[in-house]
Amino acid sequence: MIVVSTLFYLFSFIMIASAFMVVLSRNPVHSVLFLILCFFNSAGIFLLLGAEFLAFILVIVYVGAVAVLFLFVVMMLDVEFKSISSTVISYLPIGMTIGFILLAELILVLFTWDRDSVKIIAYATENNEQISNTEMLGMVLYTDNILFFQLAGLILLASMIGAIVLTVNHRPSAKRQNISVQVDRDPKESIENIKVKPGSGI
Amino acid sequence: MDNLLINYLVPLLIIALKSVFLITALLITIAFLLLADRKIWAAVQMRRGPNVVGAFGLLQSFADLLKFVLKEVIIPYNADKVVFLLAPFVTTVFAISAWAVIPFDAGLVLADINIGILYILAISSLGVYGIIMGGWASNSKYPFLGALRSAAQMVSYEVSIGFVIITVILLSGSLNLSDIVYAQAGNYGFLNWYFIPLFPMFVVFFISALAETNRPPFDLPEAESELVAGFMVEYSSTPYLMFMLGEYISIVLMCAFGTILFLGGWLPIFPFLDFIPGFVWFVLKVCFMFFLFAMVKAIVPRYRYDQLMRLGWKVFLPLSLLMVALTATYVVFI
Repeated sequence: MIVVSTLFYLFSFIMIASAFMVVLSRNPVHSVLFLILCFFNSAGIFLLLGAEFLAFILVIVYVGAVAVLFLFVVMMLDVEFKSISSTVISYLPIGMTIGFILLAELILVLFTWDRDSVKIIAYATENNEQISNTEMLGMVLYTDNILFFQLAGLILLASMIGAIVLTVNHRPSAKRQNISVQVDRDPKESIENIKVKPGSGI
Repeated sequence: MDNLLINYLVPLLIIALKSVFLITALLITIAFLLLADRKIWAAVQMRRGPNVVGAFGLLQSFADLLKFVLKEVIIPYNADKVVFLLAPFVTTVFAISAWAVIPFDAGLVLADINIGILYILAISSLGVYGIIMGGWASNSKYPFLGALRSAAQMVSYEVSIGFVIITVILLSGSLNLSDIVYAQAGNYGFLNWYFIPLFPMFVVFFISALAETNRPPFDLPEAESELVAGFMVEYSSTPYLMFMLGEYISIVLMCAFGTILFLGGWLPIFPFLDFIPGFVWFVLKVCFMFFLFAMVKAIVPRYRYDQLMRLGWKVFLPLSLLMVALTATYVVFI
């Protein structure tokens, strides 16, 4: 038990420290790298809780895909580091308000938290050696909550199509490649042997 | 205190020893596979390849190692030093750590975790960070372009690899790599392996693995005719060696992964040949996969970037989606 709690404190300490560094570091690329470290440690905490499927999905989705895109955008933007620090003050009121709202919500959750319900869930997962994590999640997602799951998928699909429609730039004048036409070309029709007289050209 | 010692410290020590053994064996294997790669490449081009150091050039990789390690580490003036030096380590460490879940034989695996396949998918998707970090931290044009290309390429082909893996999971009904191999066991030897029912997926996996590991014909991140050496332009000495090592380790990892998914892991070709240890079969199959990788490198010309993207998104993605639907239908209804 002592090992598990040591690991928990290690993971959570690194997680909080790197979360601070996300905000504090001057260089936006460093911020994203610290964000990745933060994701990693939260995946570690998921592992300690026995939620290995969630842990790896977190790494695959957030670290493997979302953070790569973040890094992409941040690198491409090429922001000047000095200009960021000067505009921090003007965003302070909004940031403080959001922070306080989140803090208040956390405190509310903490006071109304029923510890026994968590124990029951933990008991259910610990004493189900036959059913793996993945199976359990699948059963919950695809039987009880199939409607919400599909709805979430539809929303994501709609937003993806929306983003593509907004950014696609169809120019009829642009030259396009048609691979099947290229592959189907016949040498007999496209190559012609011509005897050229020296100096006369074609 | 005794409890702590027996429950945690002793297993920790055993795991550490096993890991060290695995890494050493892996690195020695890589040294010879690298030589094999160069020899095969040379043979296709009617050359001799490395043949000076040791008999048949067997010690060439070790001579290269010494050469790399003894050279000076050059860090560009305006580079981000920490990220610049971190990038090659990230590549190598992630590439090595993925080997923890690969079963070499029945029960011969460092970590027999339930969701080994997800672990490999997660770790191999992190390999891209080494390349992006290296390309950005070099603070130079060619590395940056190479890094951007590489990131787009790896993210695109991971999608189709994910769907290929889903078809295998659907047939085997498990996320555990050992169970996937056991699911391919049967009375008919190699006719039971998944590369026969899922042959289109085997081809998609092979080509996606080439793209995922930046192997020719998809080596656009380091296309020397356009980008000098891509994201590795500014690297020299040991950091460069780490990049190269990480690349080769992930290539062999993809060979091993393909062996487990489609070629029946450690199972013998015919059931009556099972007196030969499973480990030997596994190594032979991985070598066969690596031979295919090397031949592709020697034979196929480099793809253009838009062709690469077209192949990933317009050919492989619909094909693998269709195969997932077909396989799921087969598993549920037939």
